[in-house]
Order: sequence, then C-alpha cells, then structure tokens
Amino acid sequence: MIIMSVPRFWRKQVARYNLVGTHCKKCDEYFYPPRNMCPACRREGEIEDYKFSGKGEVVTYTVIHAAAEGFENQTPYVLGIIKLEEGPSLTSQIICKPETVQMGMKVKPVFRKLGQDGEQGMIYYGTKFVPE
Amino acid sequence: MSVGIVSYGAYVPQYRIKIEEIARVWGDDAEILKSGLMVFEKSVPDVDEDAATIAVEAARAAVLRSGIDAQRIGAVYTGSESHPYAVKPTSTIVAEATGATPVLTAADFEFACKAGTAAVQACMGLVSSGMIDLGLAIGADVAQGAPGDALEYTAAAGGVAYIIGNKESELTAIIEDTYSFTTDTPDFWRREGMPYPEHGGRFTGEPGYFKHVTNAAKGLMAKMDTKPTDYDYAVFHQPNGKFPTRAASMLGFTKEQIKPGLVVPRLGNTYSGSCMMGIAATLDQAKPGDRIFATAFGSGAGGDAFSITVTDKIEEIRDKAPKVEELLENPIYMDYAQYARHKGKIKIA
Repeated sequence: MIIMSVPRFWRKQVARYNLVGTHCKKCDEYFYPPRNMCPACRREGEIEDYKFSGKGEVVTYTVIHAAAEGFENQTPYVLGIIKLEEGPSLTSQIICKPETVQMGMKVKPVFRKLGQDGEQGMIYYGTKFVPE
Repeated sequence: MSVGIVSYGAYVPQYRIKIEEIARVWGDDAEILKSGLMVFEKSVPDVDEDAATIAVEAARAAVLRSGIDAQRIGAVYTGSESHPYAVKPTSTIVAEATGATPVLTAADFEFACKAGTAAVQACMGLVSSGMIDLGLAIGADVAQGAPGDALEYTAAAGGVAYIIGNKESELTAIIEDTYSFTTDTPDFWRREGMPYPEHGGRFTGEPGYFKHVTNAAKGLMAKMDTKPTDYDYAVFHQPNGKFPTRAASMLGFTKEQIKPGLVVPRLGNTYSGSCMMGIAATLDQAKPGDRIFATAFGSGAGGDAFSITVTDKIEEIRDKAPKVEELLENPIYMDYAQYARHKGKIKIA
C-alpha cells in the first residue's frame, strides 16, 4: 500500500505522467523533478517547462526481492537510476527480467500503475521504463 | 463533408498464455477448445497494467503516428468494461497523459465489447457538427473471466485508439457511413462490485452476436447500396475465431477478406479493443483506395457497422507507430500460476 496524500500526488501528476521537468535557458541545465529556480543561475536564471523524451540509460540498479507492502506481487523486480538524454537522473522501476538488466542499457518510458492505496484508495499512475 | 480516421494506435501487453496451459489446469481438452474457438493463446496484462495504462499507450501511439498537436483534441472517450475506477473517469487520465488537457470534453463509455466503436460514433458526430476539431476514441480492456469459466480461454488485454477528424487533407481513412442495430438482450453482464462477468452460454450466439452483427451489417449495406464484393477487407467483432468467420460467411464475405483483421487466434478477445484491433491490423496493410467493412458487437446488445475507404495518407503515417503484427511478436509465455498472479486471482493477505 502506498501511503501518499491525494493532493500530494495530484500536484506532481503531470510531471509523473509525461516526464515534464524544467530547463534553465540561461545555463542550459535540465531538471527532473522540476525546479522552480536554477541552483546555478539563481535569480538570473530563466526557467521554462520542458517535456523530456524519456529516452535514457540505466546508471545503476538493484533487484528487489523483499518488497514493501503493496508490491509483494511484483517481486523480483528491478529498481534503477535512469539518466535521461538531457542530463537529469531519476529513480524508477525498470520493467524487464532481472537477469537481463545491465548498467548502460538504453531505456524508454511507458505508462504504468505506480501503486495504489489499498482496495479502496486512489490508483497512482506514472512513468516506468522498459528496454529500448 | 467527410469524416474519418486521422490516425490510429494499438497496444498489446507482452505476456501470453496458451490455451493448453489453461486447459491443463481445468482438465479440459485443449485440442477441442482450440478447434472450437479458433484461439490458440491470449494476451495477459503485466501486474502494473490496467485498462487506463493500455488506453494511454494506445492513445500515445495514435498521436505519435500522425504527429498531430494533442491540444487539438476536443473530446476523449474511452470505452471499456474494465475501467479501473467505478467512479472516476479513465478518459481524464488518458487526456492528461496524452497532453490533450484542459480544453476538452471527456467521458467513459461502457457497452461490453463495442464501447470503443460507440466512442468512435460519438466523435464522428462531434467533429461533423463542428463542435470539436479532433476526437479521441479508445477501446481498451483487461478482460475478466472467472477461473474455470469458458471466458477464461479468451478474455485478453489490449487497446486501440482512433483520432477522428474531418479535414480531408488529414484523413487516413474516410468513414463513409455507420449504422447501428441495438436491442435489450441480456446475453452477458457484470453486476456492480462483482469481479467477474456472467453470460448466457449458448444464448450469447444466435440472439446476441449473430442477430446484431448481421442486422447492423445488412442495414449498412442496404443504406449505402453496397455489397460484400465492393469491399477489399472485412472485420467483425472477434470474441473467438469461429464467430467472425461464420458471420462473414453468413453475410457473403470471403475468408480472404477477413484474414488480415482476424487477430484473435494469437491475441484473444480484447473486448472493447476487439473489432477496433482488427480494423487497425487491416489498416496496417491496406493500400490507398481499399475499402474496409467493419462491424463491432457489444453484448447487451448491439452492433455498430462502418464502411471505410483508405486514403493516400496511410502510406505516409503507417510506419510511425508499432503495427499490430509487431505488437504480437516476441511474446513472453507464462504458466497458469504466473497468470493468476498477474491477473490478481491470487490475493496476498
């Protein structure tokens, strides 16, 4: 079971669904999750919304055998850090057989269920990655 | 003024289970089932896939294929009998995840296996009247069959999305006309809160499927003054391989005409996606100028018939998203225990 408030998920929903982050036009840095202020350019920065293609590669990964509550029926599954083509990294489930995942493996995004709040609560959707 | 398909996109989960494996568990004769149903394996959703994720993947493929600006979509209608929420639309999830929000109308459709084609008809009306620019109509399901029930051999997962428009330069296929035949026929249902549907066994055949498919098809051909030989291809709702083959023969269509769209033997019945998947598979190989006759069926019961002519645009967009045949390639086979886990038939306390 994922314990997350509905408003909290909703606030980040578009970023999770469509990999929308931000880009600083001044220093050409990309951010995911989105930042409202560029940490390098500070007040001089020019932040704009940016939709990532979602293509990237696996930086590192782990295989989960003892899952948290709500994920028991998915074990063993792969959790990894994905470096997007534009630069930022994010943590995500990688959908593939655990024995096939490799560091440096090219991946692309898919739309999946991230979890749900029990049988009665909200279903959380968002982006996971599959081998390209 | 023409109305038709601007783009289309399909999605099929990677997993499959063979009829032999389901039959092994329930002590049925797989050979009799395979020859009777003309289905050999069916698709199974991943543990984190449902009708909403499948609808999103199909819709994104449709947007990708045509390269249209998703902001032009003025209506999103998702047809399914397995919407993840009883109350809360699947279509808003699809609209958000395709980048179509916020200026649009959206609703979920439900009419057993023909909710998706009902959505196509609604979009045809909205674009023809000028109320919207483009409409997104989807049929997507993770179909349910109770353990041991006959439905379990065919209830599959998949989805198809069509972008409907009326600007002639954008149309990949013109929908020349549509015709529906609907009566109150209790051949299949699922009550509120129940996990699995009930059906009328053999009653689903003659008074359900065949009556509505043949009347819708004959009605459209009479209305348009066309005949089966006027069409290059035909697609009928495919709950199994036998029903559409028999319906085609009853109406005077040949086996060659239905062959490209008959995807059920390797896919199973994707319910709201079924007929729409057959049309997509046919578009995947049709030539400009080809005519496609299609009739969807939904229990409850009704038939929606369509007469479609493919335009030159098909050659331009066809290869820009995965074809149905490509989605059927390289499946991962699972045994019944894995299938039961994927489908949530095993509950972990």
